[in-house]
Amino acid sequence: MFKPIHLIPENTSINFLSLKSIFLSVSLIVVLISIISSWIIGLNFGIDFRGGVLLELRSKNGFANISELRSKLSEFDLGEVSIQEFGKPTDVLVRIQKQDGDEKSQDAKFNQVKEMLSGNFEIRRTEFVGPTVGEELKRNGFWAVVVALFGILLYIWFRFEWQFALSAILALFHDVIATIGLFVFTGLEFNLSTVAAVLTIAGYSVNDTVVVFDRVRENLRKSKSAEQSSIINKSLNETLGRTITTSLTTLLALLAIYFVGGEVISDFTLAMIWGVLIGTYSSIFVASAFLTFFNLKRTSIEEENLNSFNDE
Amino acid sequence: MLNFKIWNIGIIISICILGIIYALPNFILFPKLNENTFLPGKTINLGLDLQGGSYLLLEADIKSVLNERLETVNDDVSRKLKEYDIVPLNKNINNEQLIIDFDNTENLAKGKNILRQFFGKEFNISSNNNNLFIEYTELASKQIIDLTIEQAIEIVRKRIDETGTKEPLIQRQGAQRILIQLPGIDDPERIKSLLGKTAKLTFQLVDTNSNAFDVKASGRVPPGKKLLESYSNDGQYFVVQRRVMVSGEMLTDARSSFDQNGRPSVSFSLTPEGGKRFGRVTARNIGNPFAIILDGKVVSAPVIQAQIFSSGQITGQFSVTETKDLALLLRAGALPAPLTVMEERSVGPGLGKDSVEAGKFASILGMILVVVFMLLTYGIFGVFANIALLINVILIIALLSMLQATLTLPGIAGIVLTMGMAVDANVLIFERIREELRGGRAVLSSVESGYKRAIGTIIDASLTTLIASACLYGLGSGPIKGFAVTLSIGIITSMFTAIMVTRMLVVFYLRRSKPKKLVI
Repeated sequence: MFKPIHLIPENTSINFLSLKSIFLSVSLIVVLISIISSWIIGLNFGIDFRGGVLLELRSKNGFANISELRSKLSEFDLGEVSIQEFGKPTDVLVRIQKQDGDEKSQDAKFNQVKEMLSGNFEIRRTEFVGPTVGEELKRNGFWAVVVALFGILLYIWFRFEWQFALSAILALFHDVIATIGLFVFTGLEFNLSTVAAVLTIAGYSVNDTVVVFDRVRENLRKSKSAEQSSIINKSLNETLGRTITTSLTTLLALLAIYFVGGEVISDFTLAMIWGVLIGTYSSIFVASAFLTFFNLKRTSIEEENLNSFNDE
Repeated sequence: MLNFKIWNIGIIISICILGIIYALPNFILFPKLNENTFLPGKTINLGLDLQGGSYLLLEADIKSVLNERLETVNDDVSRKLKEYDIVPLNKNINNEQLIIDFDNTENLAKGKNILRQFFGKEFNISSNNNNLFIEYTELASKQIIDLTIEQAIEIVRKRIDETGTKEPLIQRQGAQRILIQLPGIDDPERIKSLLGKTAKLTFQLVDTNSNAFDVKASGRVPPGKKLLESYSNDGQYFVVQRRVMVSGEMLTDARSSFDQNGRPSVSFSLTPEGGKRFGRVTARNIGNPFAIILDGKVVSAPVIQAQIFSSGQITGQFSVTETKDLALLLRAGALPAPLTVMEERSVGPGLGKDSVEAGKFASILGMILVVVFMLLTYGIFGVFANIALLINVILIIALLSMLQATLTLPGIAGIVLTMGMAVDANVLIFERIREELRGGRAVLSSVESGYKRAIGTIIDASLTTLIASACLYGLGSGPIKGFAVTLSIGIITSMFTAIMVTRMLVVFYLRRSKPKKLVI
């Protein structure tokens, strides 16, 4: 067998923490900007949350004429309508905001629109969300995120000492908020699958952080004398190979979905690609940097017990 | 480390073989076995976004049912009060409450007592000033809701079956909602329009003594009568008797047909009992018109030429498609409550097929990329990890088939994502082995401690992702649920393959070639 390529040079000793104030301030600024801008600009909520209708159309005769479509739709007095090309010049995605009135009148109006469209277009997808369900989905999505974050928090709390748990959760919030910031700035639609992406990112990011923290804890036990920050640095360097390799394999898989998996899930994948990048960044530069602010215990009974987690 | 127990190996290998057996029907034709067992032979259930179809969430208008019922209660209440010589000032139904106004508190107290005695079981009766409020108790209204939804589901099923849709899923969701999944349909609008009509058919005599136009203008409807508009919205109005001669429940059959003038119409036949009633009333009213009323609107009001018995024809301003649909609705029966579409997600068959193709392509490409990467990075160990990855994918497919979980497009993304993340467990172990080797340890003990140390981390990492995906599952919506399912299954199978399968392979390798130096 050939000699495998070592992407990450062995025995690195990069002093990640030396730059911690720079990275922490950058992260803080990113988080603040994300929060403020989501306050001011706001997220571009999709019809899942706002109510309305989404139509994916394919022109029956050649390329879709978007401006003609726009003028035709304007006759219906539908309020905000967004029309965009979708993957191919023959395909368009039409989003119409929720109309006045109850579900029944909305549905009736959208049916008229669809009837008009069905002359020149094949309607490939229809998503209609009434205002009531939209509100419910928004609430469910919010709670799913809260419960997930809380569940992860509890788990880490149980597995690590509170200093680790707190740092991991702060890093997690950093990732989630920065992802929301991405959606604010790019104007990408924030919908149910985005929430799914955010939750997956949360899982991934904590996963990454846990690996580093496990090593920090192990090294703390091994060397009682070394300075805490140099132990953290050492742990970061030791896990660097794994961190980068796993991020790369995950990114490779995600890139495959992004480029050939179809237009329908490309936004979903994009959010996750961003999440992997930011999750990797935060476990190296944010979570570990937070750790340095605490005076970590070197050993505890808890740890000894957990050490026997292994088999045989 | 090297003394991997023989029965351990047996279990691992049999799980892998079972996985292959369960996954196989997805790739080759396989005799279809019993659907309801865990036996192999089943293929993965494709979600609506992949096979095309419609997801509809309907809500029954329970308020209108309760208000309608209160109308009947209103009549009973009046009769009872009359027996005790109490005539209330005014009565009206508002917000699922029957409100009765009395002229003085004495009558109110008396009325309240009487009504409590006769209606107290089913109703909450309260008062305030000179008003008496009657509403269904929580238990009674829950019973009404349950019954209404049960009936509605039955009618919905009948209607959908009549359209020939295969394997529809119809189930109650929450208190007053019905969830419908219709795989493979390409015209959701038709189904929606079929479900959007209550299709309550009644025949009622037209009141020949009053002029509909005057009644409409004055707003004063004679007692026992009702003012209705025409079905075709042409501004015509009719005053009809409240009493129903024959209703839709008495139909045995309805077919689309043509009348003697060649206009599209619906022919119907009545049950023996309905025929008798219809015959009796029509015999007495020859020369008078009767109204054919559909969903509270008058379709037509033909004059009775002769006694009519068990069959007849409805002609209105219908097209052939409309008579076909109307016949279908009448055959299936009336909905007990109007249904409203709260949410719809429909995917055409074309897009579904494209998504399956794209998903397959993305999975294969993703897998190749990861496999090549692992091979380049870890050499012979990369081969082990790749074998484990392949088994992982097979196990995911096997579990999805076995559990009959639904695979959606985000679900495919979940599989591809787990391929990327599944190797993580192996990466953790291999990196650890590299480290141990660098630290000057011998081959065997490096491998051993690599595994030992990495396992805790692998479990931590997997559990946190599992927590997130459990919450995702709770989030609801179909496609996302599919994602949560494949992600969770993927995490569990990848723990198995990384800890068990690769380790077994590594042990075999170490036993056979007894390398002095590990190349990793």
